[in-house]
Amino acid sequence: MEKKNFTVSIYTENNLGLLSRIAAIFLKRHINIESITASPSEVPEVMRFIIVVEVTEEQIKKIVGQIEKQIEVIKAFYHTAEEMIYQETALYKIKSSEFLDDLNVQAFIKATNARIVTVTPKFFVIEKTGKRSEVDELYETLKPYGLMQFVRSGTIAVTKNEMPITGILEKFNTTNSIS
Amino acid sequence: MEVKTASFEKTSADTSMTVSGAEAVIKCLLEEGVETIYGYPGGAIMPVYDELYKYQDKIHHVLTRHEQGATHAAQGYARVSGKVGVAIATSGPGATNLVTGIADAQIDSTPLVCITGQVGSHLLGSDAFQETDIVGISTPITKWNYQVTKAEEIPEVIAKAFYIAKSGRPGPVLVDITKDAQFASLEFNYKKCSGIRSYKPNPEVNLVEVEQAAEAINSAKKPMIVFGQGVILGGAEELFKEFVEKTGIPAAWTILGLSALPTKHPLNVGMVGMHGNYGPNVLTNECDVLIAIGMRFDDRVTGNLDHYAKQAKVVHLEIDPAEINKNVYADFPVLGNVKETLKVLMELVQPNSHKEWHNRFKELYKTEYEKVISGNLDVNKPDLGMAEVIQQININTKGNAVIVSDVGQHQMAACRYSDFTQTRSNVTSGGLGTMGFALPAAIGAKMGSPNREVVAIIGDGGYQMTIQELGTIFQTKVPVKIVVLNNGFLGMVRQWQQLFFDRRYASTEMTNPDFVTIAKGYHIEANRVTDRSQLKDAVKTMIDHNGPYFLEVKVEQEENVFPMVPTGASVSDIILE
Repeated sequence: MEKKNFTVSIYTENNLGLLSRIAAIFLKRHINIESITASPSEVPEVMRFIIVVEVTEEQIKKIVGQIEKQIEVIKAFYHTAEEMIYQETALYKIKSSEFLDDLNVQAFIKATNARIVTVTPKFFVIEKTGKRSEVDELYETLKPYGLMQFVRSGTIAVTKNEMPITGILEKFNTTNSIS
Repeated sequence: MEVKTASFEKTSADTSMTVSGAEAVIKCLLEEGVETIYGYPGGAIMPVYDELYKYQDKIHHVLTRHEQGATHAAQGYARVSGKVGVAIATSGPGATNLVTGIADAQIDSTPLVCITGQVGSHLLGSDAFQETDIVGISTPITKWNYQVTKAEEIPEVIAKAFYIAKSGRPGPVLVDITKDAQFASLEFNYKKCSGIRSYKPNPEVNLVEVEQAAEAINSAKKPMIVFGQGVILGGAEELFKEFVEKTGIPAAWTILGLSALPTKHPLNVGMVGMHGNYGPNVLTNECDVLIAIGMRFDDRVTGNLDHYAKQAKVVHLEIDPAEINKNVYADFPVLGNVKETLKVLMELVQPNSHKEWHNRFKELYKTEYEKVISGNLDVNKPDLGMAEVIQQININTKGNAVIVSDVGQHQMAACRYSDFTQTRSNVTSGGLGTMGFALPAAIGAKMGSPNREVVAIIGDGGYQMTIQELGTIFQTKVPVKIVVLNNGFLGMVRQWQQLFFDRRYASTEMTNPDFVTIAKGYHIEANRVTDRSQLKDAVKTMIDHNGPYFLEVKVEQEENVFPMVPTGASVSDIILE
């Protein structure tokens, strides 16, 4: 089976230690995590992890099964790139001296929908949000100017289809007498 | 408003009182009905031990001689009684010594609650004396773990720990409690945990799934059952027996499924897997419907997956969704506790006898008997064989004993030849293969089933890994019977060296001490059998003895365990010699 990028969305309780519990599931199977983010989700007190890995669909099914098995995981989903709307953000720090002289700069910043975040006499910081390929493209464009620093965020993504977390939690509340 | 992530039972009256965190720990254990715990004291857990001193009339603490022994004893206790086993240790080395037992309990789905002391919360992360990140260390080998740093968390966390350990597919849980949390006070008011919103221990039975499975079973011409520990953990033994009898389907067991169905039941066709019986292994690749019940298709069961039951439709009754399609694709998955799913399935399956098909198992058993079993039991061969010893134990215990085995050749002999009439009678380290498991596990097994005979069968290698637990037996006078089958080798490894490494016996020969003298040093009655003529009486004397007893039996040095599915081979390519 062919390997491809899968985005795993994991809704969890907000609990110390869950990150390493989830990471250990990938580690145990010798799978490299391409990117990982953790943030609050749309449900109060519920966290959402987004993990991108390159594996086969057979592998990702089993991994999601193991993730869901963890006590404090409410639900996990996996999606292909086509099923998601996703973005990454990158920051590029460039020497002002190299940059100011070039007249093309304005043009390609505009063209790539990038944004200048900070300007100092010594450096510029440019921010770009978009698909991985767009972020990479800007990286290549800026490389000749001497990148002082480059950093890219993990993928954040929302699915095209619904992920019914609130329903799962409500069901628990109605079937259990919460004291 | 605080979000409630778990539900707790309501207590009828407000019985709240101010206690220390350490006392709360003991009170939680009492609320959960715990009577016996295993452990070892040390700096960071001393406040809890101080409370144990006060509560010693209510809770029996067994001082093992090593923390690993505490976990295995707790496992043995849990496996025979169905209750949660409890082990306690201090921080640092005390906690890390629990690791092997926790990993064993995780892979064999044994309910354990391990409580460890931790350095004071102000010292966390400072590399303090006896500080270790046991929550980090135990994360991949626990069903759940948690570090308590505030006394008021203790009741809720321990309530959750017990609920998680025993519900659904059971497993080990670790609760790490900082020393300051043990000293601080709290308002104690215990409520048992009844649910956790992110955790679904018992998947709802899906009728469509069961109907489809029933249809597959009813239309099968050559069906075969493979059952595992799920039958025992689900408390479904009686129902399972009825199911087997109604459908007339030959039933084979995994090593942990052993004793869920009496050994001599006419439809019990023996063990599957690497050293399993000939018939069920060969016929796995002939059956048309394979009905897996509460088992997880371990590689020791399946051999080469590319050649495992490819011709069969697979029905898989299983409580853990992550096990479905993990190793073997299930054409008809049936999620749920087997006690619930079997109940529904029972109504939908038609009575049958599968006589001709069953005869195939009988024929292959005959082959195995001629080529393997008769030789194993032959009393005219020069040296004593392991199976002969097991047979004598069967005769003297009438199949009513709990047999606790360690890991290796003797384990295979014990599982293949022991006679079981009751469930929860086979205690062995199946998934992890932990040498040193049996001696401490036997202590726990005897305490968990005091009215039953408990016989530990151990090799000379594994015995020496936890031999210090003889001290625990001496101190508690727990009347376990210990049989060491001494072949002077790490026998299973030696067998592999013989078969696959050209007889290069690298580091497998053991120069052993005088085991009888060691046992006597602990004031345990002891005897040695060096000749077949002594065996019968020696086993009888051991079983009749009122108290702990040690018996060393010198067995053939280079006996091999057959049948055998060589690594990488298909189960139907099982070899007999």
